[in-house]
Amino acid sequence: MALSGVEIFKLLPKTNCKKCGQPTCLAFAMKLAQRQATLDLCPDVSEEAKQKLGEASAPPVRPITLGSGDKAVKMGEETVLFRHDKKFVNPCVFALEVKDTLSEADIAAFCNQVVDSEMDRVGQKLRVNAIMISNESGDAAKLEAAAKTVAAKAAGVPVIINTTNAQAAETAVKLFADKKPLLFGANASNLEAMAAVAKSNKASLGISAASLEELSELTEKAKGFGVEDLVLDSGARKAKDMIEHNTLVRRAAIKKNFKPLGFPVISFAQRGDSLLEALVASVCIAKYSSIVVLSSIEKWKNLALFTLRQNIYTDPQVPMQVEQKIYNIGDPKADAPLFVTTNFSLTYFIVSGEIENSKVSCRLAVMDSEGLSVLTAWAAGKFTATKIAAFIQESGIDKEMATKELIIPGYVAILSGSIEEKLPGWKITVGPREANAIPAFLKSRA
Amino acid sequence: MAFTAPKESYAGKVYSVTIGTGDKAATIGGENVLSFHSFEGETPNRPLVAFEIQDVPPTDWPENVRKVFDGVSDDPVKWAKYCQDELKAKAIALRLVGTHPDRENRSAEDAAKTVREVLAAISVPLIILGSNHAEKDSSVLIAAAEAAKDKNCIIGKAQEANYKTIAAAAMANNHKLIAMSELDINLSKQLNILITQMGFDKERIITDPMCSALGYGLEYTYSVMERIRLAALTQNDQTMQQPLLADVGMYVWKVKESQAPESDLPQWGAAEERGILWEAETATALLIAGAELLIMRHPRAAAAVESVIEELV
Ligand code: SF4
Repeated sequence: MALSGVEIFKLLPKTNCKKCGQPTCLAFAMKLAQRQATLDLCPDVSEEAKQKLGEASAPPVRPITLGSGDKAVKMGEETVLFRHDKKFVNPCVFALEVKDTLSEADIAAFCNQVVDSEMDRVGQKLRVNAIMISNESGDAAKLEAAAKTVAAKAAGVPVIINTTNAQAAETAVKLFADKKPLLFGANASNLEAMAAVAKSNKASLGISAASLEELSELTEKAKGFGVEDLVLDSGARKAKDMIEHNTLVRRAAIKKNFKPLGFPVISFAQRGDSLLEALVASVCIAKYSSIVVLSSIEKWKNLALFTLRQNIYTDPQVPMQVEQKIYNIGDPKADAPLFVTTNFSLTYFIVSGEIENSKVSCRLAVMDSEGLSVLTAWAAGKFTATKIAAFIQESGIDKEMATKELIIPGYVAILSGSIEEKLPGWKITVGPREANAIPAFLKSRA
Repeated sequence: MAFTAPKESYAGKVYSVTIGTGDKAATIGGENVLSFHSFEGETPNRPLVAFEIQDVPPTDWPENVRKVFDGVSDDPVKWAKYCQDELKAKAIALRLVGTHPDRENRSAEDAAKTVREVLAAISVPLIILGSNHAEKDSSVLIAAAEAAKDKNCIIGKAQEANYKTIAAAAMANNHKLIAMSELDINLSKQLNILITQMGFDKERIITDPMCSALGYGLEYTYSVMERIRLAALTQNDQTMQQPLLADVGMYVWKVKESQAPESDLPQWGAAEERGILWEAETATALLIAGAELLIMRHPRAAAAVESVIEELV
C-alpha cells in the first residue's frame, strides 16, 4: 500500500536538518508521498526506513526491459488507467509468434519479416519489437534449433522463449543469456525450476495462472526464488476476459499499490483470421497489455496497429495547437508553392502529411488561430483576410520566393479577393477544400 | 498479501434508447459500467452497427469500398435492401449527402421522397443524416422527419447552429436525435442542455462527440468519449448519459491509408485489406472508449467488428 505523508514522516530522522532541500522532515515526507522527491535526498535516513519506504515508493508497475542494445524495449511504469489523465508511458510490445514445428526456412522467413517491419510514421520509427519462440513440438532439441535460427536471422531482436519445460528452457534461454530475454511458461507446477533458469540467465520470467488470485501467489513465490522481473499472464484468452483481467490488474497495481500484480501483462491475440486478430490486438493496445503476441505481421496490419499504439500512447497534455510559423516540407526552393492554414494541430498534421505524400517540396504557413480548424477559425473571425495578409507580410517569406503566390484553403475561397487587395503584388490561388486533394492539386500544377 | 478484485460500482447509468419499430427494433445503451465491463455491472445491450447508404451514388467513395455496392448503389432503395437482406444489417444509416448545395443540391422534397421509399423497403431501424450543411440540413431534416413520422428513426445531426429546428422536427414526429459537437466534452454537454431546455426528452438523444479516423485524431475522439462516459457513470451527470455515436466510415474512407494503392506505397501493404482494417480498427477503438452506435461502410469491416463484439460480450 502507498504510505501517506504522515506515515512516511514517522520513519524519517525528524531532525529538520534541511539537507534534503526541504525546510522540515514533514515537508520532505509530503513530497515523497506525492512522488515529487526521492528518498536518496535525505542522507541520514535509517536502513530500516529505507527498506520500508523503498518498497512503498517503487513505481506501481515495475519497469522491465526486454532485449538489449538499440532494439531493447521498456515495459511497465504505468501510472494511470485513462490516457486523458496522463500519458501512458511505455508503448506495448508487438511480438510475432514463431513455432518450433516450422521448418528452418519458414522460421528464417518470419525473422526477415520482423527485421523488415520497421517503418516511419510522423517522425517515429515503429516496428514489430520481439519474437516469441514457442516450444509447440514439446521437444527441447527443436526449441533450441529454432532459437538458434532466430538468433542468427534476427540478431538483436528481443526474444521471448515460450515453454513449460525447464530443461528445454535452459538450453534455449542460454543462447540469449546476456540479452535480457523473457522466459515465458512458468506456472504452479514448474515455478521453482523455471525461476532458477531465469535467474541464472538474467532473464525476466513470464508466469501463467488460471486466475488473478493464483497469479498473485505465484509472483510472490517467484520473488522468493530471487526473480524480480516478472510478466503476468492471467490465463485470459478471450477479448472479454482480457478487458476484465487487464483492468483489474491495472487497478490493483495503481489504485491499491498491490505489489504482487505490479508487473507488465502479456496478451495473446492470435486468431485464425488476421483481420480479427488485428482487432483483438487493438483491444489489448487500448486496455493495458504490455506485450501483444501476434501470429502474422502483414504490412497493412502492422501499419494499422503501429498507428493505434501511437495514438493511444501520445501525450494528451500536449495542446492541440502548433506554433505559428512557416514550416518547410521537403526542401523548398525559390519556386516552391506556399500554402496557408490554421494552427489546429490536426489541421496542421493532415495538411503537412498530404503535402509530404505529394512528394513536392512546399512551404506551409501556419497561422495562429487559437487552435481552431479552418472553417471554425474563419467563422470566429480568427482567420480573416486582414490577419492572413498581415501574417504573410510580417513573415518576410516573399524574399525567398521567386513568384509571390499564396495558396489558401478551398473553404475560404471567399477571402481570395480581399487578401489580394491587402497583399499588393501577390497572386492568391484557391486550393482544395479537403487536404486529401492536395497531392492531385500539386500534380495538376506541375 | 491476498488479492481482492478491485471492482467499481458507479452511481450513474447510460440511458437505454430504442430505435425502429416492430420486431426489428433495436436497443442500445443501458449499461451502468464502462464498455464491456460486464464483470462488475450490467451491460444489457450489444453495440449496434448501422450500414451507411446515400441518396446519391457514392462517386466520392474510394474504389475499394465503392465497388462492393456496384449494381445497387445507383438507387437508395436497392442499396438499403441489399444491406438488410444480403449483408444482414441490423440498422441502416441514410446520408442525404445529395442535398448539399455543392453536390447535387437535391431539394428537401426529393430527400423526403427518398426517405419514404427506403422506409417502405426495409424493416430494420433507419438513421437519417443530413449533408452536414447547417443551413440546408434544417429544411431537409424537417421534411425527412415528417416523411418518417412515427417510425422511431434517429434524425441528425443537430449542431449548435441548427439544433432548434432539427430537434423540433424530431420531437414533432417521434424520433430520436443526434446531437453533434466538435471534440469537446463541455460543448457536448452544453448542446444536450440546450436541446433539453426546448422540452426535448434527454433520454431520446444520441451524443456524437465527432469522430476521427485512426491516425488522424482518433485519440481525441477516444478520450472525449471516455471522459463523457466517466462523467455519466462516476458523477451521475444526466446531461452526459446518452449513448455515444461513432460515425466511422465517413472519416475513415477519406484518409490516405484507406485508399493509397500498394503500387504507390509498397511499405503499406495490400490496399484493400488496409482500408478494411482501418475502418474496423477505428470502430473497435471507439467501442472500447464508449461508442454504442457505429455507422460503417465496408461490409467486411462491419463483419469483423461484429466478430470482435461477439468476443467482447
Ligand atoms: S535531510 Fe532528512 S533529516 Fe534532514 S530535514 Fe530532510 S528529511 Fe529531515
